[in-house]
Amino acid sequence: VYQVFESVAKKYDVMNDSMTLGIHRVWKDILVHKMNPSPGTLLLDVAGGTGDIAFRFINYVRASRERQLQRKLRHHQNLSWQEISESYQEDKSNSLGDSQVVVCDINKEMLKVGKQKAQHLGYSAGLSWVLGNAEELPFDDDKFDVYTIAFGIRNVTRIDLALQEAYRVLKPGGRFLCLEFSHVSNPLLSRLYDLYSFQVIPVLGEVIAGDWKSYQYLVESIRRFPPQEEFKAMIEDAGFFKVDYQNLNFGIVAIHSGFKL
Amino acid sequence: PPLPAGRACLSHRTQDGRSGEKEEEEDEGCYRLYPGHIPTSPLQKALLAAGSAVMALYDPYRHDMVAVLGETTGCLALPNLRDKMKNHPEGYRILQERPRIRLSTLDMARLQGLPDGSLGREYVRFLEDNKVSPDTRMPPKFIDDEELAYVIQRYREVHDLMHTLLGMPTNMLGEVVVKWFEAIQTGLPMCVLGAAFGPVRLSARKLQVLATELVPWAIRSGRNASCVLNIYYEQRWEQPVESLREEIGIFPPPAIRV
Repeated sequence: VYQVFESVAKKYDVMNDSMTLGIHRVWKDILVHKMNPSPGTLLLDVAGGTGDIAFRFINYVRASRERQLQRKLRHHQNLSWQEISESYQEDKSNSLGDSQVVVCDINKEMLKVGKQKAQHLGYSAGLSWVLGNAEELPFDDDKFDVYTIAFGIRNVTRIDLALQEAYRVLKPGGRFLCLEFSHVSNPLLSRLYDLYSFQVIPVLGEVIAGDWKSYQYLVESIRRFPPQEEFKAMIEDAGFFKVDYQNLNFGIVAIHSGFKL
Repeated sequence: PPLPAGRACLSHRTQDGRSGEKEEEEDEGCYRLYPGHIPTSPLQKALLAAGSAVMALYDPYRHDMVAVLGETTGCLALPNLRDKMKNHPEGYRILQERPRIRLSTLDMARLQGLPDGSLGREYVRFLEDNKVSPDTRMPPKFIDDEELAYVIQRYREVHDLMHTLLGMPTNMLGEVVVKWFEAIQTGLPMCVLGAAFGPVRLSARKLQVLATELVPWAIRSGRNASCVLNIYYEQRWEQPVESLREEIGIFPPPAIRV
């Protein structure tokens, strides 16, 4: 798995856009909207490599914080000059409202690309990058408010261990969110999807990234991943409650959610 | 982890939408014909041909795309070439013995020691002057016949010798000239496309030289010459280049600095 992503890292984002015709961006937007993070949230994004979820989280929280500040301002129309200048200082250093995201990935190359992207796009506050394995996370228990893993868990050898680790590092009340390729039950759509996956995607991999085999692997790993209900049961086995899933695009992709209570 | 053998053929079977996993276990008819072989369906080949053509034009540094284009469009030309080789005594021997031109198989010191003007000495000079190596040729991936895979491999490895025989360097102009020659000789669509589209990136002055002198010569030589894949180059290092040109039927190159 490591070697697959080493060669894939640089062209990862280009390939994602080509393979999904840009729709992966919508899926990730939906994930963060479902999360609905409030300022002050501590997020752990596992297998977050090139930072897509982390950046969206920061944008969301920043927008949320701005709305929060605007509301505050409207209520406090009779402040003294001193109070106003104090509030400016406080707010400037706190545009994220103490929210933080830790991006954890097993692959150095993916993290490198992520860091470069962050620099290029101007993300710095509240963002950290950690090298780590989803099956054995380098974090203490009960640390995070939200744990996300987007298109990463199907590459983990022992999914059950990753789920247990997710449970461990979440605070009580914390939420587990997984965005992953899943199963299409509609037979016609399933055939079209298979056709596209097996005929077109490796070709895209060869033409764009010069790498047929990695994308053949990708398509096969999607087929190997447990379907929605089975994955839901696995998440419940790890101790999560109120586990549910939401299909996107007829099951091509699903968001599973669970809570540590 | 390395992909287990047989994985590569998944694309073949699941066209009818059946679950991939079952196919893997029960299917043993799907196999790799040679190391590096990736079996592909006709649809995949068509998509690869189109995609590689576009990408090769868009990014000329993607030599792998030129190689893929050659493989996916060569289904008529390659058997033709193979048959030409089979029906020729020297070509037949090449098909039997399957010689490879690689740094590890070439005795560079010996070749360098050969007299000036000999094939071996001039070939080494060409490699040094243009700073190229025979080891950078892509191995075939998408050819579904093991013998044809060798034929295209041989064509790729002999390419540098074409440069030597035609006296063309590896700049854009030189490559286009060689492509014209190869297009006539092999009939490979990739060579035809390369010959037709290669010139788009050349300056007007170069285009003029190309059109008036170089291409007509390349075409004449290509048509006059016997099949260049029927020459066992590895057994002719001592032969003078001029003598070999005459034997094959390549006319002397025009006196132009390329």
